Amino acid sequence: MKEAIAGTLESGDIMVTVGPGKGLEIELQSSVAAQFGRQIKAVITETLEGLGIEDAHVQAIDKGAIDCTIRARVTAAAVRATGKDVWKD
Amino acid sequence: MMFVPGNNPGMMADAHIYGPDSIMLDLEDSVTMAEKDAARLLVYNALKTIDYGSTEMVVRINPLNTPYGKKDVEAVVKAGVDVIRMPKTETADEVRELEAEILKVETEIGRVGETRIMAAIESALGIVNAYEIATSSKRMMGIALGAEDYSANLKTNRTPGGAELLLAREQIVVAARAAGISCFDTVYSNLDDMETFRKEVELIKTLGFDGKSIINPRQIEVVNSVFTPTEKEITKARAVVAAIKEAQAKGSGVISLNGKMVDRPVVLRAERTIALAVAAGVIDKEEVL
Amino acid sequence: MRNSKVVSLEEAVKRSGLKDGMTISFHHHFRGGDKVVNLVVDKLAQMGFKDLKLAASSLSDVHKPLIEHIKNGVISGISTSGLRGDLADAISHGLMKEPVVFRSHGGRGSAIAKGELKIDVAFLGASSADELGNACGYSRSENAKSICGSLGYALPDARYAKHVVVITDDLVAYPNMPMSISAADVESVVVVDSVGDSSKISSGAIRDSKNPRDILLAKQAAKVIINSGYFKDGFSIQTGTGGASLAAVKYIREEMLSRGIKASFALGGITAHMVKLHEEGLIGKLIDVQSFDKVAAESIKDDPMHQEVSAVEYASGEHPGSATHALDIVILSALEVDTDFNVNVLVGSDGIIRGAIGGHQDTAADSALSIIVCPLLRGRIPCVVPHVTTLITPGKSVDVVVTEYGIAVNPARPEIAEKLKEAGLNIVDIKDLAAKAKSIIGTPDPLPFGDKVVGIVMNRDGSVLDKIYNILQ
Repeated sequence: MKEAIAGTLESGDIMVTVGPGKGLEIELQSSVAAQFGRQIKAVITETLEGLGIEDAHVQAIDKGAIDCTIRARVTAAAVRATGKDVWKD
Repeated sequence: MMFVPGNNPGMMADAHIYGPDSIMLDLEDSVTMAEKDAARLLVYNALKTIDYGSTEMVVRINPLNTPYGKKDVEAVVKAGVDVIRMPKTETADEVRELEAEILKVETEIGRVGETRIMAAIESALGIVNAYEIATSSKRMMGIALGAEDYSANLKTNRTPGGAELLLAREQIVVAARAAGISCFDTVYSNLDDMETFRKEVELIKTLGFDGKSIINPRQIEVVNSVFTPTEKEITKARAVVAAIKEAQAKGSGVISLNGKMVDRPVVLRAERTIALAVAAGVIDKEEVL
Repeated sequence: MRNSKVVSLEEAVKRSGLKDGMTISFHHHFRGGDKVVNLVVDKLAQMGFKDLKLAASSLSDVHKPLIEHIKNGVISGISTSGLRGDLADAISHGLMKEPVVFRSHGGRGSAIAKGELKIDVAFLGASSADELGNACGYSRSENAKSICGSLGYALPDARYAKHVVVITDDLVAYPNMPMSISAADVESVVVVDSVGDSSKISSGAIRDSKNPRDILLAKQAAKVIINSGYFKDGFSIQTGTGGASLAAVKYIREEMLSRGIKASFALGGITAHMVKLHEEGLIGKLIDVQSFDKVAAESIKDDPMHQEVSAVEYASGEHPGSATHALDIVILSALEVDTDFNVNVLVGSDGIIRGAIGGHQDTAADSALSIIVCPLLRGRIPCVVPHVTTLITPGKSVDVVVTEYGIAVNPARPEIAEKLKEAGLNIVDIKDLAAKAKSIIGTPDPLPFGDKVVGIVMNRDGSVLDKIYNILQ
C-alpha cells in the first residue's frame, strides 16, 4: 500500500489520506468533531473493513461531509492506495 | 433537467430542494480525468443514500470507448439510477452497445429492464442519425442536444439567437416525436443574462421541446414560468377535456365544443396543456381525472 | 469656548468618580471597527482600576484584548447582547468567574430604564460632537471619519447613566445639531484620533446573495408574508441582514409594486434595501435603531422621515410606546429551532457562544407574525433539532419556520397554516423537519458541557430563561 488522497476541502466534502499503518489508526480533524466525530470514525472504519483493509493510517480533514460522501472518499483513497478497484475492468 | 458536477458533494446533497424535474449528475465533462474514479464513487454513494424524492435521477457517463465508460455503467446501474445519459451519441450501434452493458450489470443484480437511456446528440453525424438513435432501443426515453460540441463540429460558434442550432433542434424534435420519446434542449451557460435565457426557453418551447437543461437552480424559475400554461390556456383545455368526457358519456365519436367539431390535434394539445399544468403544480391531478 | 467639556480621557475618568467595582458601559454601533472599548479599558487598566463590570450593548471579535483585562482582574463582569470570536471562545471555556449576562436590545433598554442595570459611567463613542457634548452617529463636517448612523443603543446609557463621557474623533463647532445625544446628558467630551475603523463599521452596499439556497429561502419567506393575511396596505416590517432576509425584501418589493401595496414603516436595523424602498415611496417611514450600511447612515442624516430610535423605544417589552408593539411582520434568522419552535441564536452547535440575541426576543414576542428563516442543515450541522442548545426566544412567540425542505407553522396559529396551504405552499410538521435532518446526518452526540455556568440568558422582562455551561475540550 502506498499513500493516497481523495476528496477536497470544499464545504460538504472530506479530504481523506490513506497510507500504510498497523491496525486502523484514524486521525480526524472536523469542525463537528464534538457531535459527529464518533460517527465519522465509525463510517471510515466500516468502509475500510468492507474493502478488506485492516491495517492503514488514515488522516481525514472533514468539512461537514455526510456519511455517503465519507464512504465515497474513503473508498476512493483506499482504491488509489491499494490499486485494487471496486469495479470490474 | 439540472446539471450537477459529479465530484461536488456539497451540490449533490441538496440539488433536489430547488424542484427540478430531473437531476443529471455528471461524470463526463465537469470531472477531470484524475478525478473520474472519485466522482464515480461519489455518484454511486449519493444515489444509493440520498433521498431525492420524486426527482428523476440521470447520470451522464463517459463514452464507452474511454477507460471510464464501462465502470460508470456498472456503478450507476448498481446504484439504481433512473436514466443513463450517453454523451456524444452518433449511431444506433453505440446505443445498442450501451444497452448490452446495462443488461450485463442488470442481470448480475437481478434488476433487468429498469434502467433507461437518454442519448445526447452533439455532432453533425449524430443529427443526421437522430431518428435511428431515437428508435435504437426500447430503453430510449429521450434525446437531447449538446450544443457546445455540436457547434464546434459545425465549425461555427454559439450565438445568442441560436441560428446555428436551428436545424439540429428541429431535427431532434422531429426525430423524438416520430419515435414517440421525449426531447430536451441544451444548456445556456451565462447565468447573468436571464433575458436571453428566457428568449431561448421561449424559442425551444415553440419548437416543441419537452424541457430545457440548466446549470444552476436560478434558471429553474424561468423554465417553469415559460413552460407553465397560462390560466387562459388551461381554461380552454379544460373545456375541451370536458367535451371529450361528454362525448364519451354519450358514446359519440364526434367531440363538439360550442357547437363546433373539435379536431384530433386540438384534443391532443388540450391534453398536453393539462399535463403540463399538472406537472407545474398549477392544478391538482385529482381535478382532471 | 466657555464651559467647554473637552478634557483628556484620563481627566474624564478622574472627574467621573469611577471606583473599583463600578459599572461602565459602551455601545456597539461601530461594530467590528470599534476602537472605543479597547481604548477606554486599556486606559482604566493603566490607571489601576480593578473589578469593573462592563455593560456593553454588544461585543464582537475586535474585543479580543478584553481577555487579558479579565485575566488581570480589571474586568470581572460582563453584560451584553452577544459575543463573538476569541473572547466568546475563551468565555465559553470558562474564562470568567462570574457568568456573562445576556440581554436582548429591548431587554437591556428596559433593565437600564428600570434601574436593574445601573450604569456608573457610560463611555459613548460618537461620529461627531461639539465641545458641550451634543453628539451623533454622523457628521456634517468635512473631517467626518467614522460614520455609523443611528446611535439607538447608546441612548438609554446617555439618558440613565450617572456620568456620561462622549468620545469622538470629529469635534465640530457648537451647536452640533440635530443631535442624538444631548449635551444636557453629557459630563465630559474626549477627542481621540479615531473611534472606529470605518471599513469595518459598515460594509458598503451589501450585495445581493447569489447563493441559490438563500434565494430559495428568501422566495419562500416572501410567499409566506404575501399569503399570511398581514400583507396589506399600511403593513409594517422588520428584517435581518442575512442573505435570505435581504433577498426576501426584493421579492416583497415586486409584489408590493404589482398589487399597489405600501408599508407604513420599517423597523430595526436599517439597510440600503429598506432605504431604497422608502425612497421609492413603498415604505412611508424608517425607524432606525442601528444603521447597517453607509446608505442607511447617510439617509438618517438627511431624511426627516428616517428616524433614530433608542433601544427602549425600539423594543422594550414594558414601554407602552415601543415600536415593536406596532410591528406586523418580522423575518428573523436562527442557529437552531426546536420542535417546540424555541429558537437559539447565541450558542453554536459546538457549544461555543457565537452570536447575539439582538432584537430577536423582542420582535418575535411583539410582532403579529414572526418568521424564522433558516436552512435545515448547515453542512452537517442541523438547524431543526429536538431541543435547542440554549433557549433564547421561546416558541410561543415564533409563528412560522421556513426551511428549504418545507415550511412549519406553530400549531398555535392554525389560521396562518390554513392560508399558506391554500396558497399552495409546502406546509410540514416541524417534527418531520427534525426527522428529515436526522435521516440525512444522523443523531449528534451530546455536547461535552461542564458544570460551571458561563452565561445567563435573560428574558426581556428581566427573568432568567436559560443558563450556558462551560464547554470542555
